[in-house]
Amino acid sequence: MAAPWIFGFVFFIAGPMIASLYLSMTRWDLFTPPRFLGLDNFHALLTDDNTFWLSFRVTTLYAVFSVPIQIAVGLALAQLLNQKIRLLGMFRSVYYLPSVLSGVSIAIMFRWIFGTQYGLLNGALKLLGIEPVSWLGDPDIVLLSFILMSVWGSGANMLIYLGALQSVPTELYEAAEVDGAGSFRKFFKITVPMITPVIFFTLINGIIISLQEFQTPFILTEGGPANASLFIVLYLYRHAFQWFKMGYASAIAWVIFFYVLVLSVLVLRSSKAWVYYEGSLKGRGE
Amino acid sequence: MTTLSLGRKKNRQRTDAIQKFVIYLILIGGAVIVLFPFLWTFSTSLKTPDQVYQIPPQLIPNPAEPSNYVRVLVDRPFARWLLNSLFVVVISTIGTLLSCSLAAFAFSRLRWPFRDKLFLVLLATMMLPTQVTLIPTFILFKELGWINTYFPITLPAWFARNAFYVFLLRQFFMTIPLDLDDAARMDGASHFQVYWRIILPMSKPALGVAALMFAQFKWREFLAPLIYLNRTESLTAAVGLRTFMDETHGTDWELMMAANILFMAPVVTVFFFTQRYMIQGVVITGVKG
Repeated sequence: MAAPWIFGFVFFIAGPMIASLYLSMTRWDLFTPPRFLGLDNFHALLTDDNTFWLSFRVTTLYAVFSVPIQIAVGLALAQLLNQKIRLLGMFRSVYYLPSVLSGVSIAIMFRWIFGTQYGLLNGALKLLGIEPVSWLGDPDIVLLSFILMSVWGSGANMLIYLGALQSVPTELYEAAEVDGAGSFRKFFKITVPMITPVIFFTLINGIIISLQEFQTPFILTEGGPANASLFIVLYLYRHAFQWFKMGYASAIAWVIFFYVLVLSVLVLRSSKAWVYYEGSLKGRGE
Repeated sequence: MTTLSLGRKKNRQRTDAIQKFVIYLILIGGAVIVLFPFLWTFSTSLKTPDQVYQIPPQLIPNPAEPSNYVRVLVDRPFARWLLNSLFVVVISTIGTLLSCSLAAFAFSRLRWPFRDKLFLVLLATMMLPTQVTLIPTFILFKELGWINTYFPITLPAWFARNAFYVFLLRQFFMTIPLDLDDAARMDGASHFQVYWRIILPMSKPALGVAALMFAQFKWREFLAPLIYLNRTESLTAAVGLRTFMDETHGTDWELMMAANILFMAPVVTVFFFTQRYMIQGVVITGVKG
């Protein structure tokens, strides 16, 4: 009964992975037969291709800023909502709304909002007497615009944290109150440690998703200006589907895969130091 | 003594009230920031081209131009694209539910060789960046002559390509007592009958959450339709939206925003009526859609 999955795994995952590994060692334009190059693509990519390193830097910078900020904002929102609050359901739905719609429609919306001349954001800044900013046209600012936009969608994390906060046993807070701990202390000494497994999960997930960012730059800037928002997957897309360099594009895919893997393993390794599993509490306490 | 504690109580009530006020202020401010872009999109969708470029911008267009919506649906093929998307979503959601629940059944209630090892493989595929399989899959479908057909974007769903849903359904199936299966087998039921007659009917809530999450993902899917569909009439709405951007003649923002509203409306409507289940789904699985 697992046959459909096994078939799908063989034909849509394992098979293509092997093929992709082979292609990454060839030069292939789809029209003439592939030519085997060994590791030349990887060598060229890593030592000779400045644009690749630029895209690597852009993607990394984006991940380094957007993922932690999304976690912090999501956590702050969850903490604010995890109290006796009127219209709780309404706030929760409103904050989660961007996650339901994420992708093309949000990118299109922000392309309009970030407009230099007629955009909403510059219109608002003008009321405050601030000069118009070229949100998507200035190489130094464009990445900041992407990060701002990602923070706007922090509601997805909020929802996950809210679920986790509600499962923190209230006795812990009561005990802390008896000991005279304030709400600030309670948050950092009880809440955060208790939900580190969920924070860990959103961190890994956030890294994987942000390193694969494609639609947003594709629609907002097409990688510009001057490749300042050229995310790695967009660079791969150019090679594969605009220039038909299937071999080189496959090599980029494997570098992305490897990068995701390395970062995930690093975070996993570090998790022993900061992620707190309740099982260990029980082991100590009983 | 009593007056002192009374004063303290009053003081505490006051700080509580201030705290509440600040919390509401932040929450409302945040909600405005989240909602305003949507309002702005809606407002733009009702403007004439002149109003779009008006400075300072108007929030409530006067006169409003609802005919933008008619133009998007009639003059441009957006109605067709919405139908294409609906078709793709329905076909692949059915495929995902069937193939993923079958696999979830096999991984949770049947014993077979290498089951647990293969399940680890399945979990690993959830983290695999799609780029690694993208190019060979593209070439496979191209060789099959399936470019500009809906096979490349619907068929993989029938083979549990999105392993996350196997995982989600398996989690749910594990909560159903195995005694039920044993009792049914005593009465001569086959594996498939147990799956179809007992497990599936008992899992309607989980299947519902999975269907909602997957349909939402499929509706906004972008890269696959972008590379597999290039005939104007066969685009999905997510990809079709982009065609309103026109570098050479200038973008018709009011039409694009009307199209965007039409694209978002079904998702928001479904979310509005099913949010309790969807939010539960996210909280239980801890995963964004």
